Amino acid sequence: MTNTIIEVTNLSKIYKTDVLETIALDDVTFKIDRGEFVAIMGPSGSGKSTLMHILGALDKPTKGIYTLDGESVEKLNDDELSDIRNRKIGFIFQAFNLLPRTTCLKNVMLPMAYGGIPKEKREEKAKKLLTMVGLSDRMFHTSNQISGGQQQRVAIARSLVMDPALILADEPTGNIASVQAEEIMDIFQDLNDKGHTIVMITHELDIAEHAKRIILIKDGKIVSDTENHKQARHKK
Amino acid sequence: MQLTEQISESFGTLKLNKMRTGLAILGIVIGIGSVIALVSLGQSSQQSITSQIQSLGSNLLTISPVRGNSGMVRTAGAGTTLTNADATAIKTSTKITTVKTVSPEYTGRLQVVTGKNNTNTSIIGATSAYMVVHNVSLSSGSFISDKDVTSTARVAVLGPTTATDLFGEYVNPIGQSIRIGSQNITIIGITDSKGGTGMGSQDDRIYVPLTTAQKLLFGAKYLSSIAIEAKSAEVMDEARIEIGYLLLDQHNLTDPTKADFTIMSQDDILSTASSVTGTFTSLLTGIAAISLLVGGIGIMNIMLVTVTERTREIGLRKALGAKKKTIITQFLTESVILTFIGGILGIILGIFASFIYSKINSSTFYISPVSIILAFVVSAAIGIIFGWYPARRAANLQPIEALRYE
Repeated sequence: MTNTIIEVTNLSKIYKTDVLETIALDDVTFKIDRGEFVAIMGPSGSGKSTLMHILGALDKPTKGIYTLDGESVEKLNDDELSDIRNRKIGFIFQAFNLLPRTTCLKNVMLPMAYGGIPKEKREEKAKKLLTMVGLSDRMFHTSNQISGGQQQRVAIARSLVMDPALILADEPTGNIASVQAEEIMDIFQDLNDKGHTIVMITHELDIAEHAKRIILIKDGKIVSDTENHKQARHKK
Repeated sequence: MQLTEQISESFGTLKLNKMRTGLAILGIVIGIGSVIALVSLGQSSQQSITSQIQSLGSNLLTISPVRGNSGMVRTAGAGTTLTNADATAIKTSTKITTVKTVSPEYTGRLQVVTGKNNTNTSIIGATSAYMVVHNVSLSSGSFISDKDVTSTARVAVLGPTTATDLFGEYVNPIGQSIRIGSQNITIIGITDSKGGTGMGSQDDRIYVPLTTAQKLLFGAKYLSSIAIEAKSAEVMDEARIEIGYLLLDQHNLTDPTKADFTIMSQDDILSTASSVTGTFTSLLTGIAAISLLVGGIGIMNIMLVTVTERTREIGLRKALGAKKKTIITQFLTESVILTFIGGILGIILGIFASFIYSKINSSTFYISPVSIILAFVVSAAIGIIFGWYPARRAANLQPIEALRYE
């Protein structure tokens, strides 16, 4: 167990078409340690989504080295990437991405099925996490029967079931009302307090201010990387 | 994920879109159903033809006239070259050593009338030998005797179907009189049922003395055929040669290729008939196979639509750790479940259809176990073959693109 969760060195991503070469990430280097809560900010087109895809092992860099929790990621094939995503990363998406017409419980259990966890243990763990995010009474509702904020809480429970080294959230509050967004951020801060490492991509400053560290990206480069001392707290 | 888990999950997914699932299954149901029904139809008609031919008699040779015999072209049919003298010659010649019984026959169709019923049926002019050669047995009365033949008696023996047609179920026709053509004929016997249906049924017949048929009913001097019972199965070929040369002599012919008659054994008839029904069966099976293929393409189409529609779901599953194999298994399981259910329903439909067919035609109901096993294997194979391409497409989707897909 290393103390560095993410180590990115000279990372570049270049998209090539016949006539055009677009540099989405240009020689990016940074490190994220265990227990950090980092917001990656930037305007649209800045390369933050590309960075999120690479950090999430959903895409491979063109150049550079990416080490996630001590495992080298940049040379893995598709199936190995699936495996590392399953074991190391808990995803939270802007559009929640729950399986439609499937119960919350089954949605939360899904990554454990791919991770080869015995069936009896899956349900127990999923129930525990759904209770933790305050949805113990919604377990057997299907994902389209609950509100956006509740769906995102199901997604948070799902992201935690494999005890990932990293929670990667892509605009987690982009599709939900601001009151519920605050609740989601409270959960994030609680998780971080318990020691979870969280990387959150966002373009909203008030959301980013819940993090302890803010990395600002523009035109594929890191323009600032600062500690956020006045971390926003909206605890009830 | 274990396969049993995958199967129950796939059932859940398929249930979400019942209409589409149902239509995809329907294609396979029709395909498998028609294969089962048509194969069974072919096989049961083959069986009934075989058993009918075998019931004609044992060690049987049939001599038929050949009309219009010019070189290579022979047209079988109502030739007039066989005569009573030929039959007598076969019976009496010292050159013939292998023949046991000779049955000269004249066959035609006439309208038959009783008081209120009438029917058009086969009239067979026969001698007492007919009963022996063709294994005819009587349920009541007596068959045509030699005396009836010499005296051109106006008597008849009815097949059971004809008897029912003319007199109904509960009347004993023996001693009653019927009108065949312009002649009043007295019924002296009823034959046992031999089974079989349609035009060639041996139950729908009237037997009259040969001379009565030739002189009184049809005004013909020739024979339709001569049936021969050989002494044993081993001498069939010998008998055929002996009779062949004798008849060539009788007809003053020297060149065997110009013979105005043919001699067929039961085996010849059987093999001709089964080659005909065999062709028929493969033709039907071919048509059914095409409908099965169309059903398979239907499955593929549905699965491709499903993959497109569920692109986001596939992306999510991959993001959460599903490997290619897992995604392929997921989609293949769905398509195999579709075809498997289709296969089972198709088998039921096919059996039901053949059963209805056999009831309507009162033919034998026969389903070969091989065709059922084959249908199972084929339907599962269709699921795998036609599900493979959509499943691979799903598995090869890149998670980011799939997640972004609207």
